[in-house]
Amino acid sequence: MVSTRSATGGTGPIGGIAEVSRLFPDDPHGHLQELRTDPVGLLQRVRDECGDVGRFRLADRDVVLVSGTEANEAFFRAPDDVLDQAEAYPFMTPIFGKGVVFDATPDERQQMLKNQALRGEMMRGHATTIEREIRRSVAGWGEEGEIDLLDWFAELTIYTTSACLIGLPFREELDASFAQHYHELERGTDALAFVDPYADIDSFHRRDAAREKLVELVQAIIDRRVARGTVPREERDLLDVLISIEMTADYITGIFISMMFAGHHTSSGTAAWTMIELLRHPEVLKDVTTELDALYADGSAVSFQALRSIPRLEASLKETLRLHPPLILLLRVAQQEFEIGGHTVPPGTMVGATPKVSNRIPEDFPEPLLFDPGRYVDPRQEDLTNRWTWIPFGAGRHRCVGNAFAMMQLKAIFSVILRDFEFEMAQPSDSYRDDCSKMVIQLEQPCRVRYRRRLG
Amino acid sequence: MRAVADLDLCQGHQMCQAEAPDVFGFDDAADRVVVLLERPDESLRDQVEAAVRYCPAMALTIEED
Repeated sequence: MVSTRSATGGTGPIGGIAEVSRLFPDDPHGHLQELRTDPVGLLQRVRDECGDVGRFRLADRDVVLVSGTEANEAFFRAPDDVLDQAEAYPFMTPIFGKGVVFDATPDERQQMLKNQALRGEMMRGHATTIEREIRRSVAGWGEEGEIDLLDWFAELTIYTTSACLIGLPFREELDASFAQHYHELERGTDALAFVDPYADIDSFHRRDAAREKLVELVQAIIDRRVARGTVPREERDLLDVLISIEMTADYITGIFISMMFAGHHTSSGTAAWTMIELLRHPEVLKDVTTELDALYADGSAVSFQALRSIPRLEASLKETLRLHPPLILLLRVAQQEFEIGGHTVPPGTMVGATPKVSNRIPEDFPEPLLFDPGRYVDPRQEDLTNRWTWIPFGAGRHRCVGNAFAMMQLKAIFSVILRDFEFEMAQPSDSYRDDCSKMVIQLEQPCRVRYRRRLG
Repeated sequence: MRAVADLDLCQGHQMCQAEAPDVFGFDDAADRVVVLLERPDESLRDQVEAAVRYCPAMALTIEED
């Protein structure tokens, strides 16, 4: 075990929490370079070397990293006045817009989103919308062909997210260019933002250019709406409402970006990884396809079934989420002294939990690297029995409010594409991997698969 | 069995009322679940298990006697 004490001064050891070793001892920003190149390696090493509560350095700050049931529960149960999300993600500010300040905390924004668009009774309508979008997306597929999983799912989920959260009229104004610019925003989440969110690097220039393009697209839509004049109330969407209170295109774009952000790359990436894991495990794919064929044999609608139990597909989705959680590091900032695992963390310290590492703790998930949907079947139920370490959606009071929406969308996607098409890998199995160079993790391209329409 | 709701975790999604309407109700003012039947009959076990499994906030548990 290597342990190198911080050479850059810093605040020294806090609460006796061990600091993880350094792969780049000359990095002036502590572990930043490693976070920018191999974040999973860094996070796993914190647990391996330091246990449930460890520490790494990010620029001039300490990040206390917790894992394991007890520490995770303390982290996820902490109220906002103890561990706050608001300042924890500086790489998001330029994406939402520097001048765009929302008069609400992240928690209040989540609640608003839940109350407006993610209520249980609205799911039926969303399911219908999503089924229609998926069918539109495959309508031009023909008998056989090839798709890039990242491009295809990223575009599809731009349409579903905008249609469900903003409104159908707005979605009808979008084409693939919106998805491409949005992707550049997601690629603009280099961890260097912890030092300077406006640093002179390519990823940030592209991010800012993409945001300007999105504002232009939204401005053009606004201009058309204004020229068209008012429409009856039932034909209006959120954009009409925001125009009517005279918000600028820049501000409206910022609101839309922030509404869509949490649900976009997360759903898109999970859909892609589910496809890859199913293709890597043909026996599971066969099981799931058989389940879907039987379920829909009576001609029932996807929008109906996606809201109901589809046990084998759900288990595969959960197992994909366990192995490939879209967010690998969840951050907060301590607002007051915070006790965790026998240590005292001073205010101002960043505190993080890590779905990627927690989801693979061998004591909770035997043979953790094995893709085994059987984990979620009675009596194992490894998600419910490990509710503080099975955390692809986070946990506690900030657990992803969109998780039921996300699961419904994923069930709808696979209900359509697995019944209509067969898939196979178009490249070696181990060449499908994540690009972890940004805080928003995405599949590395190429990530292509071939499809062929099923017979009968 | 005992049906238990952790009110610190409940986010007010109200999914449990669809799954097990006799066991779980809702307090509109508090925006939180209310356990109507703390000791539901065995005949309701499937419903309660579904409510636990599909709670988006993972706020529900079954405690066995």
